[in-house]
Amino acid sequence: MEKYEIVIGLEIHAELCTESKLFCNCAYIFGALANDCTCPICLGMPGTLPVINRRAVEFSVRAGLAMGCEITPSSKFDRKNYFYPDLPKNYQNGQVSFEFEGELRTVALRRIHLEEDAVTGDPTRSFMDFNRAGVPLLEIVSEPELHSPEEAIAYCRAVKEILEYKGSLRCEPNLSLRPKGSKELGTRTEIKNKNSFQELIDAMEYEVKRQARILDAGEEVVQETLLFDASTGKTVAMRGKEEADDYRYFPEPDLVHVQISDEWIEESQPTLPELPAARRKRFISDYDISPDNAEFLTNTRPLAEFFDEAARLSGEPTTCANWIMGDLTRLLNTAEIEIQDAKVTPAHLNELIQLIGDATISGKIAKSVLDDAFETGKMPKQIVSEKGLAQITDTSEIETIVLQVVEENPGPAQDYRDGTKKAIGFLVGQVMRATRGKANPQLVNEILTRVLSTD
Amino acid sequence: MAPGAWTVTGIRAAVAGGDLSAREVCAHYLDRIAATDGRLHAFTTVLREAALARADEVDARPLLGVPIAVKDVICTRGVPTTAGSRILAGYRPPYDATVVSRLLDAGAVIVGKTNCDEFAMGSSTEHSAYGPTRNPWALDRIPGGSSGGAAAAVAAGQAPASIGTDTGGSIRQPAALCGVVGLKPTYGRVSRYGLLAFASSLDQIGPLTWTVADAAAVLQVLAGPDPRDATASTEPPPDLSRLFPGNVRGTRIGVPRVALADGVDPEVLDAFGAALAMLSDRGAEVCDVDLPHMQYAVPVYYLVAPAEASSNLARYDGVRYGHRAKLDGAAAGVSEMYARTRSEGFGAEVKRRIMLGTYALSAGYYDAYYVHAQRVRSLIRNDFDRAFAAVDAVAMPTTPTPAFRIGERIDDPLAMYLGDVFTVSANLTGLPAISLPAGLTQARLPIGFQLVGRPFDEATLLRIGDALERDAPWSDERPPAFA
Repeated sequence: MEKYEIVIGLEIHAELCTESKLFCNCAYIFGALANDCTCPICLGMPGTLPVINRRAVEFSVRAGLAMGCEITPSSKFDRKNYFYPDLPKNYQNGQVSFEFEGELRTVALRRIHLEEDAVTGDPTRSFMDFNRAGVPLLEIVSEPELHSPEEAIAYCRAVKEILEYKGSLRCEPNLSLRPKGSKELGTRTEIKNKNSFQELIDAMEYEVKRQARILDAGEEVVQETLLFDASTGKTVAMRGKEEADDYRYFPEPDLVHVQISDEWIEESQPTLPELPAARRKRFISDYDISPDNAEFLTNTRPLAEFFDEAARLSGEPTTCANWIMGDLTRLLNTAEIEIQDAKVTPAHLNELIQLIGDATISGKIAKSVLDDAFETGKMPKQIVSEKGLAQITDTSEIETIVLQVVEENPGPAQDYRDGTKKAIGFLVGQVMRATRGKANPQLVNEILTRVLSTD
Repeated sequence: MAPGAWTVTGIRAAVAGGDLSAREVCAHYLDRIAATDGRLHAFTTVLREAALARADEVDARPLLGVPIAVKDVICTRGVPTTAGSRILAGYRPPYDATVVSRLLDAGAVIVGKTNCDEFAMGSSTEHSAYGPTRNPWALDRIPGGSSGGAAAAVAAGQAPASIGTDTGGSIRQPAALCGVVGLKPTYGRVSRYGLLAFASSLDQIGPLTWTVADAAAVLQVLAGPDPRDATASTEPPPDLSRLFPGNVRGTRIGVPRVALADGVDPEVLDAFGAALAMLSDRGAEVCDVDLPHMQYAVPVYYLVAPAEASSNLARYDGVRYGHRAKLDGAAAGVSEMYARTRSEGFGAEVKRRIMLGTYALSAGYYDAYYVHAQRVRSLIRNDFDRAFAAVDAVAMPTTPTPAFRIGERIDDPLAMYLGDVFTVSANLTGLPAISLPAGLTQARLPIGFQLVGRPFDEATLLRIGDALERDAPWSDERPPAFA
């Protein structure tokens, strides 16, 4: 295997969540009964004509801009003769950046364009469901610049992140091998995929081995389209589907050219959110948090925005990060909601951190305050006052309790005096219990130590 | 009848008879309500504006009660729309074409669907899967095509107007051969939504009528923007009612003499010259124009149109609608079903054009044929644009010969195609064109006179047409067997 270089190019299809389909007013509703989301246009009834969905074009302009593409000012539509029209070859020369093995890599994009989705069929019967027909798809085609299955997955994740995509992207690799050092591309195969990233990796790894075996034997790889069979772990040629390679593309006569003015592009630019990779970099440099933490905190845009705001308000990014990654995430997972739907806001977290900072409550109490805030949405100060959770910091009050505890627990007290310093832990615990956790633990420690040392 | 004594039946008769408008009646009653309801309080809400608007709508139905025949490639909801093909035998569309909705809103009455060459591919209506239509002027001759049924229906007095479609001459040529007026509007003037597409960049819907004024009246209803057709112009159509009577003083008419050199029947040439002379007598200026690329129009058309058709007709696969082949045994798959359905459902001419079009678009030939043809197409358009700097309309015969006998050219597709020499340019360039009756041959067969105009300038064509019609001695001629 060392003598070959792997060359992979990826075609990604992303479904756009526009309110209506690409050429008609139908809404695609996931889970609807078969053929319920149709009309004469997306059914291809005689005499119907397509009319383009403006939102779909807007979405693709934004996606193109987000990936650094040059948007062509005028795009035409092509018919791909396979019954349905294809769409504008809008964008060229973009690139996607992603991190791989600690380095920032970029992959050039060949093009991004809009397509409409196809009909789905029932493989066991000859029934067709036209619900998905006409849903807008963004097709993103990379140059063959990826050199391992892992890299390909990192690229897919980066694209998914930029698009803020929910659900599974359809990623189809074109994979070939060539002798190390060679500049010519080998014969490639295309692997159809609709499923998980794991299956995608397995498929690519198998295909690399398969092609290497063929080349080692001195034979030639056949250019074909393959399916990955997860049960056997092998790629197999798609049989019987004699897709005409000749799609007889010609310009779509039923649609006029799409003109994308400079104004349109200028208006779209500022509305683009900060991209994940850039945001991660900023978190690491500005907030001095680790790359792993930055990765976690930029997992979704709402999460990143929550952290950003909380860090800004409190001035304590690391503390915020810990709270978010720990207790808050636990609460979100248990409740099965996303951060944007939670009642807790950055303001809540900020206030909580302030209360700990000025010793109004202990860290431990703060956890239960957070639980309460998560449940009720009340601000921490209000919770602390309603429930009387403020720490006891009055030294004489603590001393009273300490003396009481020491008197009630002569054994451990003596252990401590005899040298078992650890025994103080038990005593601290007892004081905390007596104060229902509200005594300031540091003060308790100090006073206990003092009391136990004298005497 | 005194207003106080108006009855339902009385009002109906008065409005229908034109003695009263719906608005007058409505206004009368609204005024009465205003004058009396202070004392009576019979109304909780009075709909003054809405009622007057509705009354105006009722009055403004320009085709109220006018029967219209519709070519069978245009969708009529719930009514068979076969495109003259077996593959759509019995097919009933779930929606009306935009033009049909507009006709109905204007008060027209659709009396039926007319026969045509299958999928509008043909010049004689002999390619209909349901048998040919005959020319009312001579029943052993073709009425022209592909809107043969539409032209024959008007010529024989079966309807005062019909709507047909024109992709390479299919309104104008049958209009010429049947002695009626046929108008192909500018591409984009009339919505194509609901028209079973043949060649998407060439198809247009238009009227066939006895008089030019009638053609204007029907076009006025059909024309206008449609959000369902991205290729339809967003500009509203002009008011065509003020064109008449048509005046041609100072109107410049160009004739491409070179184009008339070969293959035109002498009687057709004579009639053409006579029509020009008549217009000239009325003050029009006739001159020559040069359209050097017009000689390529037919081959360009027979590359572009079949190419688009091969794609447009791909949807007829037996899955969702229309004919589906019966398959013997479970072994047959989808491909076989497609192949059998289409082999059974399509006629010879349609198959010919699908094969031609597929070939012209295929890898390795696309540039040499389709792209090349599209380039020549723009050269043809440039010729016309230059001509229109000097003239207001270009005149030519509509067809090189009058109607030939049924069966005469059916085995010679090329001879059939060459008959389109004068009509295809208007489709390739998108320009509006009209065919006007220009008299009869010795054998009493109609001849057509054609005018091609500037984009969206149907008005000039109608104006000139009306002038010709008023002067023409043949305007009252009718087919003897159907007078």
